[in-house]
Formats: sequence, C-alpha cells, structure tokens
Amino acid sequence: MNEELRREIIMEHYMQPKNRHRPNEDTYQMVNTNNASCIDNLDIYVKIEDQKIKDICFEGEACAISTSSTSIMIQNLIGKTIEEAKEYIKNFENMLNEQPYDSKQLKEGIVYEEIYKQGNRKHCADLPYEGIKKILDSYSQK
Amino acid sequence: MKIEEFPMLQEDLIYLDNGATTFKPKCVIEKMNEYYETYSANAHRGDYDISFKVDKEYEDARETVRKFINAKDKESIIFTSGTTESLNMIATGFFRKFLEPNDEILITKSEHASNVLPWFRLQNDCGAIVKYIPLDQSHYVTMENLKKVVTPNTKVIALAGITNVIGDERPMKEITKFAHEHNIFVVMDGAQSVPHRKTDVQDLDIDFLAFSGHKMCGPTGIGVLYGKKELLEEMEPVNLGGGMNESFDSPEEMYYKELPTRLEAGTPNIVGAIGLGEAIRFLEKIGMDNIEAYERHLRKYALDKLVQIPHVDLLNIEADGGILAFNVDGIFSQDVAYYLNKYKICVRAGNHCAKILKSEVGVTNSLRVSFYFYNTENDIDALVELLENKEKILKEML
Repeated sequence: MNEELRREIIMEHYMQPKNRHRPNEDTYQMVNTNNASCIDNLDIYVKIEDQKIKDICFEGEACAISTSSTSIMIQNLIGKTIEEAKEYIKNFENMLNEQPYDSKQLKEGIVYEEIYKQGNRKHCADLPYEGIKKILDSYSQK
Repeated sequence: MKIEEFPMLQEDLIYLDNGATTFKPKCVIEKMNEYYETYSANAHRGDYDISFKVDKEYEDARETVRKFINAKDKESIIFTSGTTESLNMIATGFFRKFLEPNDEILITKSEHASNVLPWFRLQNDCGAIVKYIPLDQSHYVTMENLKKVVTPNTKVIALAGITNVIGDERPMKEITKFAHEHNIFVVMDGAQSVPHRKTDVQDLDIDFLAFSGHKMCGPTGIGVLYGKKELLEEMEPVNLGGGMNESFDSPEEMYYKELPTRLEAGTPNIVGAIGLGEAIRFLEKIGMDNIEAYERHLRKYALDKLVQIPHVDLLNIEADGGILAFNVDGIFSQDVAYYLNKYKICVRAGNHCAKILKSEVGVTNSLRVSFYFYNTENDIDALVELLENKEKILKEML
C-alpha cells in the first residue's frame, strides 16, 4: 500500500472513528488501556455472546494512530469468534513486530505495516489490541 | 554565553523542552570527567590525597549552592537526588512528625505530582487534610484567595515558585510573611524557578526549598533540599546507613552525625554535586537577572506570534516563566509534537505531571514549549512557521 493511501485511511478513521461512544446497555465489558510512554487513554467496551464478538465501542483521548487503530480494529473484529479475533490480533502484532504475517487477513489493518519504523508510535497502534486482549483472555479462561 | 559551549547545541535540533531538562555546557561535563579520571574516590574518608580532594570539591559544591540561594548556613544545604526526593524528605522526614489529624496542608491544582503526592500520602497516613488554594482566572495564586482558605488548622503551604505548565510565579515573599504571622510553614518547590531567576532564601524567608540540578545545566540525579537549620535539626532522616551515623551498638543506641551529613546517608552523588557546583558557576557568569530578562523577552516574542495564529489555543497568555502551553485546535497534542519532531523541534505533549490541573483549565493535554537562555528568536520563528499551517500539520503529523 502506498504512503498516500495509508495516510488517507488513517486520517479518515481518526476524524470519523467507528463506534466512538459509550454503550447504552450494561451487557458490555470495559477495559481501560493507556500508554505509559505517552498520553493515550482509551476505554474499550466489548459485548460478547456465545463466544462471538457482537459489538465493540470506545471512548477516550488518544492520538491519530491510536484512535484510527481502534476504529480499524473495531471494524475488523466485530462478528468474529473469540478465537478468530485472537488469530487476527496475533497476525496484527506480528506485523508490528516485523514477524511473518498474513496481510490479506488484516484488511485495512495493514496501514500500520511501516509503523515499526517509528518506535514510539508502534505502541500507539497496538494500544487498543493490548486492551481488548485482556477481555478476550478472560473469556478463554472461563 | 556561546553556543559552542554546549555540545548538544551543535546537534541539528531545536530544543524547547527545558522545563523537562536542560543541556549541559562543556565545563560541567569536563568537571565531572575530571572527577572520574583524576580523583575518583569516595567522600568522607580523607585518608589519602585523592579522597581529601573529593571532600574538598564536594564541600565546595555545597558552599557554591549556599551562596547561590543566599542561605545563611552551609548545614542548610542537603544534597538529594532531585526535587522529588527533597519534597518527599520534607513531607515524610519533617511534617509526618508534626502534623496531627485535621491539620491542613495548602497546595493548588497546578502543582507538579512531586508537590502533590507526598502530601496526599500524609493525608492517608496521619489524617492531615490537603486543601487547595483557588486560582484566579489566569490560574494565579493571589493573597486574597490564599487568605480565604487559611484556617487555624493550616500548618503548611506548599507551592511551586513557578508552575510547570502555566508558568505563573507565586508571590512567595508575601506568602511567607503572612504564613509566619499565622505559624504556618512554607515549602517552595523551586524546580521551575531556581534555574531561571535569582532565589534568595533569606529574603523570601522560606522554610524549605527543593530544586533539581539537571534543570539548570547540571547533571541528572542531583538536587538540593534547603531548610532553615533549626528545622532540619528536627528532620528525621528518611535513610539510615553509612556516613550519617556517629556510632551504634544496638537499636537503643544509635547516634547520628550533625547536619548536613545526618541527612545524606550512603555514598552521596559526589560527581553530581561537583557537576552542579560547576553549573551554578556557569549560570552566575551569565547572571541570573540576565537569564530572567532574556527568557521574559523570548516568551513575549513567542506569545506575540502565537496569539496571531487562529488555530492555536493558548492556555497561559499571562505567565512569568518561559513557558507556553497551548493546543492546535482539533489536533491531539501528541500528534503535533510528532509533527514538530519531524523538523527536529523538541516540545513536550501531555499533562506534564500536573494531573489535577485539568479541572482548573478544562484541558487534559497540551503542548508545552519551555525556554532557557540558549534558545533564540530563530528557534521561535521555526516553531511558529510550522504551526501556522494547519493543513500541513494534518498532512504530515502521521
């Protein structure tokens, strides 16, 4: 993907992120995720039914990378089973960590394929995933 | 002052984060290297030549600090690791002993975490109560507002001389005078003021002062706790150990040394103290009044330009320190900082360790530009030029 297109997608998700609101029912689980090295601070809400992610929304303050990454994550994880979601996250994090990964599966997630070059922003892209993993892991252990 | 005196200023950088830390002149680096290369021994030994030299240099540094802040007694100067440790020693070593339940500690919402959390802990530990002096519209402390919240239970007023986000200067002399008339102790967090203007602890009549070496051209890991001698005599050492004890046999029989050694347990940061002494001599050559005047000029120069930019929202139009806090409308502060970094301009984004300030200014995060005497109008011009074009920021911030 060329740089201009990557930029466009990131800016679109930053300016109009998907599902940026708090849930209006209490069937969601919440996790706060923040970055020790910067100031991003997000609350992520997940609704899981029958081992499937029904809905995700978020609220908080974060930079363009964290916000867009959260939006793209939401777009890609809704509808997946917990195991499928974990597989997606593993793939995404492999990309961030310069390990082999399946770019097709990541869809728009690949806009961060070169973020590893900016050491401090890699964490911004990973921030929502670090948060949601905690919720998914708690489900797997049940 | 010549640019050549600072190795870091030879780098291709515009450094505008001096509130966080400052660059070191060659003389400080060389003075510290000299210790490592020619008399690298421990302090308080004196049994051989190089160790004798260590004591002399270390105590000379103390004397340099004493003169710099015009303290009456050399014993009033305690070397610590920095402002944070100094403030913790004041709260834990001194006030924990004296404060009783319902005694009141006055701070403000614009204090740095280091001048908030040690007092919060005292509240949790001994039932003293932390209260806030309300700030005026420009986020200043006024005598009028202070007098409103002082009660017969007020025992301590702990304030930054200059705050680290707003950059307002507090009327410490007036505060101290009023406080002492009401038997209240005054603690001054000097982290953002001591490096930038003349500080005279006798004139201010301050009870305790804390500051850091690295924010004034000195090394990291060294700072100062100043206290009136009679108060430091009452201070409980937080750390016990080597160097500070006179003799000991059993828990019932521990005897401590006199000040200042009593409060400096363990091998001190010898090279840090020596480096700080040299940094102070460097600053004094320039002159603290000159530094203050020049930074006021730089701030005004920057302010006049930044207020012209419609999408720049300033948090502190009025301020005394060389600090400007602002946001670019609609863009997260950190994204702007990343953008400026692409042009090798170093600024800080975030809450600047003043996490309770948000309820005062209504803004959680901001960009902070903070000057020192080696910054120039050219630095500001470069910053302003990059901020003027919002489209460019949006285009290049990723």
